[in-house]
Amino acid sequence: MKEQLQKDFDNSIKNLSLSQKDIEIKKFCLENFIDKGFPNKKEEDWKFSDLNQIIKKNIGELSFYNDQASTNKVDTSVFVDGLEHNKIVFINGRIEKIDFEYEKKNQIEIIDQSETINEFKNSNSLSDLNNAFTNKCFKILVKKGYQLVKPLIIYHTTNSKIWSKNINLRLNFELDKDSSLRLIDLFNDTSQKNFLNIFYNFELKENAVLKNYKVDKFENKNIKYSFNNIDQDKNSISETFILSSGSNFSKNEINCNLNGVYASAFVNGVFSLNNDKHHEIRSIINHLTENTKSYQLIKSVLDENSKAVYQGKIFVNSDAQKTDGYQLSKAILLKKESEFNAKPELEIYADDVKCSHGSASGSLNEDSIFYLMSRGLSYQQSRELLINGFLLDVVEKITDSEIKNLIKNMIGIKE
Amino acid sequence: MDNRQKEINNLKDYKYGFSTDIENIQAPKGLNEDVIKFISNIKKEPAWMLEFRLKAFERFKVLKEPDWQKPKFPKIDYQDLYYYSAPKSMKDKPKSLDELDPKLLETYKKLGIPLQEQARLNGIAVDAVFDSVSVATTFKDELTKQGIIFCPISEAIQNHPELVKKYLGSVIPTSDHFFATLNSAVFTDGSFVYIPEGVRCPMELSTYFRINASNTGQFERTLIIADKGSYVSYLEGCTAPMRDENQLHAANVELIALDDAEIKYSTVQNWYPGDKDGKGGIYNFVTKRGLCKGKNSKISWTQVETGSAITWKYPSCILKGDNSVGEFYSIAITNNYQKADTGTKMIHLGKNTKSKIISKGISAGSSDMTYRGLVDISSKAKNSTNYTQCDSLLMGNKCGAHTVPYIKNKNSESNIAHEATTSKISEEQLHYCQQRGLNPEEAVGLIVNGFCKEVLQQLPMEFAVEAQKLVGISLEGSVG
Repeated sequence: MKEQLQKDFDNSIKNLSLSQKDIEIKKFCLENFIDKGFPNKKEEDWKFSDLNQIIKKNIGELSFYNDQASTNKVDTSVFVDGLEHNKIVFINGRIEKIDFEYEKKNQIEIIDQSETINEFKNSNSLSDLNNAFTNKCFKILVKKGYQLVKPLIIYHTTNSKIWSKNINLRLNFELDKDSSLRLIDLFNDTSQKNFLNIFYNFELKENAVLKNYKVDKFENKNIKYSFNNIDQDKNSISETFILSSGSNFSKNEINCNLNGVYASAFVNGVFSLNNDKHHEIRSIINHLTENTKSYQLIKSVLDENSKAVYQGKIFVNSDAQKTDGYQLSKAILLKKESEFNAKPELEIYADDVKCSHGSASGSLNEDSIFYLMSRGLSYQQSRELLINGFLLDVVEKITDSEIKNLIKNMIGIKE
Repeated sequence: MDNRQKEINNLKDYKYGFSTDIENIQAPKGLNEDVIKFISNIKKEPAWMLEFRLKAFERFKVLKEPDWQKPKFPKIDYQDLYYYSAPKSMKDKPKSLDELDPKLLETYKKLGIPLQEQARLNGIAVDAVFDSVSVATTFKDELTKQGIIFCPISEAIQNHPELVKKYLGSVIPTSDHFFATLNSAVFTDGSFVYIPEGVRCPMELSTYFRINASNTGQFERTLIIADKGSYVSYLEGCTAPMRDENQLHAANVELIALDDAEIKYSTVQNWYPGDKDGKGGIYNFVTKRGLCKGKNSKISWTQVETGSAITWKYPSCILKGDNSVGEFYSIAITNNYQKADTGTKMIHLGKNTKSKIISKGISAGSSDMTYRGLVDISSKAKNSTNYTQCDSLLMGNKCGAHTVPYIKNKNSESNIAHEATTSKISEEQLHYCQQRGLNPEEAVGLIVNGFCKEVLQQLPMEFAVEAQKLVGISLEGSVG
């Protein structure tokens, strides 16, 4: 893999106009990655999902060079109907379109930040890989007091032109004071066996509100890793919803730093898996100052041979008195071979806090099925009804009603 | 303040902190094959036992000290320890208590463990372990009548080799982790219990561990076998003198429950925790593991952990037999600079297996406490259930309380439920108690005892009273 990395790296550097210093930094990141390789199960954070093995098994040899010279045609049929929205379109990792048609032009700034390197706390070798190979990186700045009229949908599309490739993406967002953004990540893959490595960095200033919905719904054989770093100032709110369902393997990581008082973070997730899929959500909520709040709810429905992992951590600093942290993960195992692993973690250094977590996993309640069947529903109908209600609980947590309906329609959940 | 006064003041905090001035026989310092041969030789062990030790030592040489735990500690120099230390008077085994060194009798009296049988209130048979040897075992005759074997493990190796050979290392093999393997190589003494088929042990069996010599690691090994349909309740207590340097205690405890048998293992651990500035204290790195080998068997661990500078242990149950049950009840209290990383593992292998974990952690002062646990339901463990509850209580804003559970469910017909909370004693509760005339310290004592009640209830009566007091003492000075 080392030669491949070196070769592809030289290729991609050639096509970029970078200063000598930037090239040095990228080289440094590459060397770091070569040194560490893909994360494996010996690392505590990857204990339940050995990415190294998963890539070997599902993809085999990866290549890292992406020819960014030619443009791809944007297929408008993938766009969401019935919801007016702004768009960013990625096709095979290349930004094809940035369109804020519904917004005031002077309130949103798009800054090219391709030179800067992101340093994340709590990150791993994949951030080095990302830094070494991303060639375009934008920062989207929402200016003070501006609240986007329409949501922004980022389309992550891949097509059959690529296979066995590693695609690296990076986006930065800054939400200035009193601003707000609704952001939907929509994955739409017709490609096979690629590894997507996505890093987002959000900076939320005072009173800013971020709502991020990640929807991975369509069946595909790709492997995805997505890392969200969220820094939150006073009074800011972040809401993250993850629908984890389509890809062969997917790991979503949320690292949230509550730096300002009264900041709050919400992480909600749904795993709906079948056919040998293996998905993971890992969340780290760092309560770094007093009077901060976090709430997490993760629910899984696991069919044939699928495996879901939830690792959630609530960290409370010694200054973070009056913290309120809550975390709940529940799983229904439908088939014998399905598996649910959880590691809900509390690390607490302050005494005046209210922190709790719960985790439960098991089969569908036979008594409930019996109850429904005795009222005339078939076995299949009762099962569906119960699962529907189980997942509805999480979807109902979405605070934006427009998007809530959109997601409900996508999953096929009824009220 | 003169030295004497200082010592008295210190003893107020930890009343078991005295040391006994007694002449010792020690193995040469350091860890090598010669030392292992020395230990084996002085215990007059058969060849297979020495082989067992050397095999473990071979394995130990390639192992690295683990470093994933939360409480970090300075590197231990394993060559700078004594691996065997025994009172000189024990060289030729005294035949009865009358021949026992009066200094030893005095020590145990001071600890509140009289070895004379008539001095005991109710029947609890005691095996007293002093540094590396077992000094006395009481009520032996009465137990022998029922066919129960309760003796130091070094005696069992000689008198009951077939049992020891069959079961020693069957739950904690010589190829286990770092500290367990070290123990397998150099273990000195400990208790051996065998309860024959269908016998319900008429009294509580108990071991009292005492570290006396300085610079000595205590490596005891306990092996308890409950044959078909039998029952035994076993207690373990520990103390050590106050010393400025840290001492290592790495014991192995193996429990084996055959069909329909039940073992109840209770620990009140009160090793010297170090002084108020965190100097000295015992490193308590113990491997405890129980195997529910037979159908319908049950193993229950109860622990009250108040001592040690660092407690690092996970009493575990391997639920192999169908319908077997594993339980874990724990109270861990850390104060001053104490650290604890403790919890349990429940490995469900058999069908219809059940496990229950109740863990209560209290941290005060500048201490740090971690609950770390594993619940693993394998794909074959049909219809199994686990219930886990771990609550932490924080006192003061310099301490930490952490919960790190690992939950694995591979069987769709099995259920796991886990709950954890972390909080402090609420002002309202304190106010309520004080309003009714309790001073703040008493109020905290009352609330903490209520918090721990679920676990304290599991202890045998005599122990429960002692443990309740211990909980109070451990938290003294942490409020107000």
